Amino acid sequence: MNKQALIKADNVGFDAAGRHILQQVSLEVQQGQLLTLIGPNGAGKTTLVRIVLGLLQPHSGTLQRAAGLRIGYMPQKLFIEPTLPLTVRRFLQLAAPGRRQPVEPLLEEVRIAHLMDQQVSALSGGELQRVLLARALSQSPQLLVLDEPAQGVDVTGQAELYQLINTIRDRHGCGVLMVSHDLHLVMATTDEVVCLNQHICCHGKPEHVSNDPAYLALFGRREAETLAVYTHRHNHSHDLTGDISHDGCNHDKGHDHA
Amino acid sequence: MPDFMVYALIAGLFIATVAGPLGCFVVWRRMSYFGDTLAHSSLLGVALAILFSINLQLAILTSCAVFAGVLLLLERRQMLATDTLLGIIAHSTLAFGLLVLSLSDMVQVNLMAFLFGDLLTVTASDLIWIIGSCVLTAGLLFYFWDQFLALTVHRELAQIEGIAVDRLYALLVLLIALLIAVAMKIVGVLLITSLLIIPAAAARRLANTPEQMAVGAAIAGCLSVLGGMSMSYFWDTPAGPSIVATACCLFILLYLKPAPR
Repeated sequence: MNKQALIKADNVGFDAAGRHILQQVSLEVQQGQLLTLIGPNGAGKTTLVRIVLGLLQPHSGTLQRAAGLRIGYMPQKLFIEPTLPLTVRRFLQLAAPGRRQPVEPLLEEVRIAHLMDQQVSALSGGELQRVLLARALSQSPQLLVLDEPAQGVDVTGQAELYQLINTIRDRHGCGVLMVSHDLHLVMATTDEVVCLNQHICCHGKPEHVSNDPAYLALFGRREAETLAVYTHRHNHSHDLTGDISHDGCNHDKGHDHA
Repeated sequence: MPDFMVYALIAGLFIATVAGPLGCFVVWRRMSYFGDTLAHSSLLGVALAILFSINLQLAILTSCAVFAGVLLLLERRQMLATDTLLGIIAHSTLAFGLLVLSLSDMVQVNLMAFLFGDLLTVTASDLIWIIGSCVLTAGLLFYFWDQFLALTVHRELAQIEGIAVDRLYALLVLLIALLIAVAMKIVGVLLITSLLIIPAAAARRLANTPEQMAVGAAIAGCLSVLGGMSMSYFWDTPAGPSIVATACCLFILLYLKPAPR
């Protein structure tokens, strides 16, 4: 179990406009580990991702990255101005300005080699997400950070995309930090689930979580699958400012690395 | 052909060649109002230069650079929506510029020349200025092309992949400011942005890559300068409006063509 931690957040806090966005968030992603971040809208998922990426600095706590860590980032969405003519090939070459590295292997890895000379603006949602995934892979990443990778992808495409992400993780042995609402689709491949609602509400291995009463509330309910909205029994509540009113939050829900 | 015409033609072609690729970024990044604001603020520079009898070219350049810096700072603060901010600055600087000009003793200042450009005012020293600035801008644009493009396509991705996005964006804005400053003599304050935008928009029709669009915009710009200056020479029309009108005709012609593919 002595795998190297790629990133380690220690009591990270972040405020914006006088509001707590993140409080005391601690997590780590190890080599080869797939960590899924879930939580309602406004839970601070994107803020946490931006802190991990180094786009934001935490206001309290620390975020450590392994020395020389190469991160591949897949943003939530890509909007290309219609006035900007850009082929898939050219888009991928922009990952390394000045050096024109071959993009064929990247596109083959995400199985869209046939789209190389298409205009990016003409791609479907699923194709675009694969192009973004290829761009993330162009960094030969040790850590992949994926912000809702299946957004705008139809249902069958979603399952394929998550399968592909898992294949990539296995082949490259990279760590993956993924924000996702599609709990039912990512359960099978996720090593650890972290539920965030400004602070970490619960986290643990899916199979352990599945023995937990909270699991039924998490994934068993129909709306969890259809709406993919995370609902579970909170043993605490949030007041209007987002502060935790009753400090009875049960961390380490069934969390056991043995 | 008289000297001033040769000067103006050479100056116009240099400016159009650089304005094409630079204008592509103005179009891609939706910065046309930004360009207008910089141009308007340069009139304030002109007015102050005349009032205090400072070197005109230097004053225009300085005011463009200063306002580019102010805009960059205000944009980062995000106090107001960017277009509101630009609207305030564009029209205030224009108003103050016109006020200062009207108060100055030099009543004979030809306002029209500043607003719409005047070929007669291009001197040999202006020409050196213009060529120098254009060569510098073109060089930087060529060197940083891929990085500018990466920044334009997705700022955060570019930042994570190791590009110094803030500095690069500041450089792009300064290049636009420099081009506007030197092109003012030819096209004038009110029309300068169109020299950045219309050729680029026209070239979009034929382009499949960013580079094709940039080259196409440069060619379209040069054709507009040639056409506009001929009009100006033979029919004695003002240079700026003639160039812009030609560019507009070119744009319409290209869009009347059926779409490719």
